[in-house]
Amino acid sequence: MTITTETIMPNVAFTCLTTKKFKTGCVSVSLLSPLHRDTASLNALVPNVLRRGTATLPDMAAISGRLDSLYGAGLSPIVRKKGEVQVLGFYADFPDDAYVGGGGKIAEQMLSLLGETLLMPNTSGGQLRRDYVESERDQLIEELAGRINDKRSYALSRLFEVMCPMEAYSVDKLGSVSAAENITPHALTGRYRTLLAESPVHVFYCGSSEPQKIRRSVISALSAMQRRIHEPDLGTDIWLNPLEENWRYFEERLQVSQGKLTMGFRLGDAMEDPDLAALRVFNGVFGGCVTSKLFMNVREKLSLAYYAGSILDVHKGIMAVSSGVEFENYDAALNEIFAQLDAMKAGDITDDELESAKRSIAGDLRSMEDSPRALESWYLNRMLVGPDCTPTEMAALTETVTRDQLVEIAQGVACDAVYFLRGEDK
Amino acid sequence: MQIADYKKINERLITETLPNGLTIKIVPRPDYNKCYAMFATDYGGADRRFKLGGKWLDTPAGVAHFLEHKMFDMPYGNALSVLSSNGASPNAFTGSGMTAYHFECTQLFYENLDVLLEFVSTPYFSAESVSKEQGIIGQEIRMIEDSPDFIIYNNLLRSLYLVNPVRDSVAGSVESIAEITEKTLNDCHRVFYNPSNMALAVVGNADPEKIIEAARKILPAEPGERPERDYGVEPSPLPNRREIAVDMEVSAPLFLLGCAFPPENGRARLKQLLTAELTLRMLFGRSSPLFTDLYAEGLLNGGFDYETDFTAGTAMAIVGGESRDVPAVLARINSHLSSMITGGVDPELFGRSKKALYGSQLRLLGSFSALSQSLVTGVFSDFNPLDAFDLIDEVTQGDVSGFIASHLTEEKTAVSILNPLGEIE
Repeated sequence: MTITTETIMPNVAFTCLTTKKFKTGCVSVSLLSPLHRDTASLNALVPNVLRRGTATLPDMAAISGRLDSLYGAGLSPIVRKKGEVQVLGFYADFPDDAYVGGGGKIAEQMLSLLGETLLMPNTSGGQLRRDYVESERDQLIEELAGRINDKRSYALSRLFEVMCPMEAYSVDKLGSVSAAENITPHALTGRYRTLLAESPVHVFYCGSSEPQKIRRSVISALSAMQRRIHEPDLGTDIWLNPLEENWRYFEERLQVSQGKLTMGFRLGDAMEDPDLAALRVFNGVFGGCVTSKLFMNVREKLSLAYYAGSILDVHKGIMAVSSGVEFENYDAALNEIFAQLDAMKAGDITDDELESAKRSIAGDLRSMEDSPRALESWYLNRMLVGPDCTPTEMAALTETVTRDQLVEIAQGVACDAVYFLRGEDK
Repeated sequence: MQIADYKKINERLITETLPNGLTIKIVPRPDYNKCYAMFATDYGGADRRFKLGGKWLDTPAGVAHFLEHKMFDMPYGNALSVLSSNGASPNAFTGSGMTAYHFECTQLFYENLDVLLEFVSTPYFSAESVSKEQGIIGQEIRMIEDSPDFIIYNNLLRSLYLVNPVRDSVAGSVESIAEITEKTLNDCHRVFYNPSNMALAVVGNADPEKIIEAARKILPAEPGERPERDYGVEPSPLPNRREIAVDMEVSAPLFLLGCAFPPENGRARLKQLLTAELTLRMLFGRSSPLFTDLYAEGLLNGGFDYETDFTAGTAMAIVGGESRDVPAVLARINSHLSSMITGGVDPELFGRSKKALYGSQLRLLGSFSALSQSLVTGVFSDFNPLDAFDLIDEVTQGDVSGFIASHLTEEKTAVSILNPLGEIE
């Protein structure tokens, strides 16, 4: 496996991972934009509208038919939130040329289709087509409104909203219903042109094609992109400490039979110069693995929750606890979660807890090398927050993390907000 | 040890059947860091009535799933913790027709494999642990019952089947699991967790000889029997009910449309599965006229999808999604189906859909878990999933139109709908 990253056009980086390991290869094109209330829904809508039709493949039937004939290749609009950077674009996957007859060239054809989808939309009077914009806008609104269907992730996204009211982080990766409702073809076309001209772009390829050949295909696919010289203000504002001295409590009542308790934490001084390996292990020991303190105590030992775990956003420096609890167990579960954090602050971390978390995290990192999709995500993150290493190298780093490092991180961690989704009173 | 090479897809499949009846399937992947193992029994939530010591025994709903939770208990503690401490990602699932235990890891593979084989073959239950689990699973059942996906799927099964226990929740109900005792668990383990009723699949960077040796060393030497089970006989090949609609806290109406058909076995099953997948792709796939039209009209969104489901003596073709106007979508689906029956199959659509199906099978090879699951399913239903790459060529236009005409006619379909709460028709 060889990896190269280079700038191939102004502000366009290309990461090329050459390997014969996979039967399905991938290409992604990602446009990076600051996450902002005013533009999030517009940005999120752009790839969906582009995916509706191009100059030569005017509608979805034509694009999907082309993808079928490329052996069921996938071309998905993708919108991600990386800290306070919104990443939008396309992820394409397709059979590697070695596994389909007829001389292959699937990768080349996919890149050309990707370039056309991004740069040559089906327009009318120079604007993105009204019918495409309106139908995709309505779907975006439905999707945002549908967030409530999945209570677990709904509770987490509500937590970030109430926890970070003054930070861009509170903005959903798809924006909001009210912002989406105001989108017009004119506004979207303007936003689309700005993105193409100004956004930093990351292109990723993973597959068996010869790197120089793929590089030429990428450049040719993107050659119609008119770039303006622009230094975008991209980055994530990291707050080391909670908004108020004591954590804030929020609750919401919905018709559910099981409560969702979520808690948001700031990571303190650990985010001054973040040690990503140590932070990963810290989260692993606390709530990120099935051997973690939260899983073993809150769920297994005390049966206070059906699930209890923590996730870490290293881009933003926030850790969130998510758990499913009976309404009457709210206090007991909350106290136990705090008690587990206090234990970490006091250095109460057993060898087993530490070693298990390290093995699990190192294993997950090494398995990333086995998945084109995981590698794509890794190299995108690497460009945004670093560090400049492979998943395997990061795995080796996590294996050197010590208990003292975790205690030091724990001592800076403070709860900022608690959000509890509970049932309606009968 | 049988070795079969598949040149077209650059794969090797190793098969071994032990004297105790266990079938082992191994796909070596020397370039990879990880290794995945799945140890499964041909026993799921629908296997409620079976023969034990010559007598038919009826068990409560939810035993297979309950057993899955309890199998991790060992005299030394919890096997899940041992695997997790070793850095593996272990898990298990119970379906209507199968229970599977699996892990993925990048180190200590053989130690982990020993742990897996050992805990799945060791029944170790106590009255106390059974009663504690009733509380945990009770919570899980309540969580499942909050899930729109479960409710809509379960209602579809209840529409399609009147008798087969697939119509009941795999996890059972709070009441049914209250009937489970240590004895129930031991009986079911004895009947269904014998090596002749099980399969082991491994995909990844591991030595086949050592895998086979581990299974030989750890599992019981004596062969068991393939258990006799009874799913009952449906009174009619037509759905039990045509429609079930309920109200739930969802943001937009959801629907599933399905039809049941009799499953084949062996190589014929694989061809039936590929034919069904190809047919559904042509009818409802991303490039189908039905989907692209309804999408453009705003009646469907990207969540629209289709699947085939073969389990516990049943086979189903299912399509569904979200729509602001479910009745309109259903009417269009039905007219689309009848026009395919009268007007025949578009050869261009057939050709490119076949290519796409080939690509989707190739994609499956990239997922160690999906490949392992299809290998064990193949053991239980007597087919080899890697034959798909040759079999796809054998599926004809006639097979597709035959499938539609025999199974996808309007009177064979049933519908399950979830409407948002508080909306007045």
